[in-house]
Amino acid sequence: MTSSSSAEPTRRDFLYVATGAVGAVGAAAVAWPLISQMNPDASTIAAGAPIEVDLTPIAEGQDIKVFWRGKPIYIMNRTKKQVDEARAVPLSSLPDPQTDQARTKEGHDQWLVVIGICTHLGCIPIAHEGSYDGFFCPCHGSQYDSSGRIRQGPAPLNLAVPPYAFVSDTKIKIG
Amino acid sequence: MSGPSNYNPQNPVLKWVEQRLPIGGLIHSSFVAYPTPRNLNYWWTFGAILSMMLGVQIITGIILAMHYTPHVDLAFKSVELIVRDVNYGWLLRYLHSNGASMFFIAVYIHMLRGLYYGSYKAPREVLWILGVIIYLLMMATGFMGYVLPWGQMSFWGATVITNLFGAIPYVGDSIVTLLWGGYSVGNPTLNRFFSLHYLLPFVIAGVVVLHVWALHVVGQNNPAGVEPKTEKDTVPFTPYATVKDAFGMTVFMLFFAWFIFYIPNYLGDPDNYIPANPAVTPAHIVPEWYYLPFYAILRSIPNKLAGVIAMFSAIIVLAFLPWLDSAKTRSSKYRPMAKQFFWIFVAVCLGLGYLGAQPPEGIYVIAGRVLTVAYFAYFLIVLPLLSRIEKARPLPNSIAEDVLRKTGSTKTPMVSTLIALAVGASLMLGGMNNAKAEEGHGPTPPSLKWSFAGPLGKFDQGQLQRGLKVYKEVCSSCHSLNYVAFRNLADPGGPGYSTAQAAALASEYKIKDGPNDAGDMFERNGRPADYFPAPFPNEQAARASNGGAAPPDLSLIAKARGYERGFPQFIFDAFMQFQEKGPNYIDALMQGYEENPPAGFQLPQGSYYNKYFPGHAIKMPKPLSDGQVTYDDGSPATVQQYAKDVAAFLMWAAEPHLEARKRTGLQVMIFLLVLSGLLYFTKKKVWSDAH
Repeated sequence: MTSSSSAEPTRRDFLYVATGAVGAVGAAAVAWPLISQMNPDASTIAAGAPIEVDLTPIAEGQDIKVFWRGKPIYIMNRTKKQVDEARAVPLSSLPDPQTDQARTKEGHDQWLVVIGICTHLGCIPIAHEGSYDGFFCPCHGSQYDSSGRIRQGPAPLNLAVPPYAFVSDTKIKIG
Repeated sequence: MSGPSNYNPQNPVLKWVEQRLPIGGLIHSSFVAYPTPRNLNYWWTFGAILSMMLGVQIITGIILAMHYTPHVDLAFKSVELIVRDVNYGWLLRYLHSNGASMFFIAVYIHMLRGLYYGSYKAPREVLWILGVIIYLLMMATGFMGYVLPWGQMSFWGATVITNLFGAIPYVGDSIVTLLWGGYSVGNPTLNRFFSLHYLLPFVIAGVVVLHVWALHVVGQNNPAGVEPKTEKDTVPFTPYATVKDAFGMTVFMLFFAWFIFYIPNYLGDPDNYIPANPAVTPAHIVPEWYYLPFYAILRSIPNKLAGVIAMFSAIIVLAFLPWLDSAKTRSSKYRPMAKQFFWIFVAVCLGLGYLGAQPPEGIYVIAGRVLTVAYFAYFLIVLPLLSRIEKARPLPNSIAEDVLRKTGSTKTPMVSTLIALAVGASLMLGGMNNAKAEEGHGPTPPSLKWSFAGPLGKFDQGQLQRGLKVYKEVCSSCHSLNYVAFRNLADPGGPGYSTAQAAALASEYKIKDGPNDAGDMFERNGRPADYFPAPFPNEQAARASNGGAAPPDLSLIAKARGYERGFPQFIFDAFMQFQEKGPNYIDALMQGYEENPPAGFQLPQGSYYNKYFPGHAIKMPKPLSDGQVTYDDGSPATVQQYAKDVAAFLMWAAEPHLEARKRTGLQVMIFLLVLSGLLYFTKKKVWSDAH
């Protein structure tokens, strides 16, 4: 717009730049709500509040699947054998090294609580399948051990442990 | 679009693209080099304003569709959840709902400008007809959009408008059934309206492209109505028209923002905050204001088919305008008689709009018929006749001459015209308001002082907490509050409870949940995410327990009730941001009970007399009495205090983001004032060498 050939900024230039800048600020401010509306709304956030799960119905060697924030959570009451296997593995042989102790709560060794979503591309692994007494993902063949750690296949990471705590010996609170 | 472009990019990449797809040249010739008459006034900025409004409606519409559910059981609720829960949902919804009105305001100004300056005359006939098509598409889109929230006006508007097609001989009923996809307006109707409401704006955008194309072939008309002859008559589109349009758009946005942030429900009907009910027709079915003139024409004709034909003809006749008016002179500036008739025509349109909102009885019907005749006479008699007998004043030789002849007073007519139009239009709206409270003729609820009124309004937290107490201890035994969750009590701009307090309050309630693993429903303590439980399991139970009248849900009651304010008060209301009819009404209703109805009033069995209730016979017994609720903060335990507190609480329940809305509004207003100021001076600088 400016046709002034002089190198010095004129009052006219300043006006144009100021107008353009204010207009640009306005455009950016308008973009914000248009994008922000795509984030989870207040009811979705409220529905993602912590849930409590009663563990008494789960017998040794059994597992249940509960949903929290739309994600399946495996709660597995592991056998002594499964726990021992998980603790005997040398960390150096793991693609994503993590001890079983770090993945469970102290004093509740038999309980494994993991988000049942394969870290490869989001399928749900099947419990009690695969070569490691843990989980097997049918989509692309990832295998997890009895601690939910990746042992074989394309998945890069262990099954995630959700935030949870024991409210009592037979009850946990997820979230 | 207007001849070969001199666009010649230096950048090698642009050059490469340009040789294969000359889009840069197209844009350059259409929006940069395009010659625009140098004498255009601000009425010509409405083309750009309309493009902006189409963009606003499409963008906000696409976003709303991300959250909206087109199902009869869920549509109303999903709209409410958008407003309450989605980030900036209230803003997006008010942008879209008020945007429709703004779109029509702009299009009516745009059309009247074309009419006044003869923009439909050769060689611009196709340009004009494309405009009429856009207008028709806008009406269809606006109508279907109004149906989507599935409130009472949505439902009954859909019923009335689709029934228009029933007037067609022989096939009418089949067509109506086809439109409905059922035996009445229902879920299939809502679904297809949603689909078409999404489609039509893109059709409009397509026709707009043709409209602009046609415009760029024949060139813009101008206030003098003489074609540009030399270079001196035009200026390049950029920067001249661009900056002027930008200024016009910003000023229009200021006007728009006033509605969005301060009076978002001013143009809407309170009845549309009541969910659709196929069993009850609202007392007065009034279409949105932009259809009122045509609605008046429809009702003026005492025959169904003839009325429908007249209504559609009133729009179709516009397409024939280029041939009905064959005068050589374009601009009414130089047509002394056409100018006067133009203003009479504007008055006729406003009058029809006013009548469209009145009840169809007595003098209103007769006036409607007179104005209907006048409307058609303008097109079919006055314009053809004038083109033969009128003697036009001499035209300027060129646009340049027209510019030089101008005095400094050119802007005053625009301002005074705008004011005249605004007054006229508000008269029409006044008619709408008048129509509403025609029934009942009760006294008007007194206007109270509310802390949340005005541009800086805020809720009084103590008052909201007291109002909540009144609701919990009194109202909630019969009335639900379906859209308010316990977590909302801790939201900013609300009663100001902490998250822990809200959770504690929630746990006092028993919530039905389930099924559990055994397949049984069970009760548990409430959580913050739960909603206030309803006192009755369903509407039938509510009806059965309350003498046949189901107590309405109170979540939206403060926006679903209104009353007449009368002329000219309601015009001041728009400027004073009066939006407190609902709380005033609730407060008055709570205190409006009288033991003995006035002599001669027949109180039906099981009803109570309330002077503010429409019809006066209310099924709800007097709900409040002094000392009924104990306040902890020392406020007087009187009915007067209870009524005011609960009314304020219900206003918050209906409009939980009111504080955020007004706060954002102030920021937006200040920003737009700064921007329009800057643009005004930029425009002056840019144009300084053109005048």
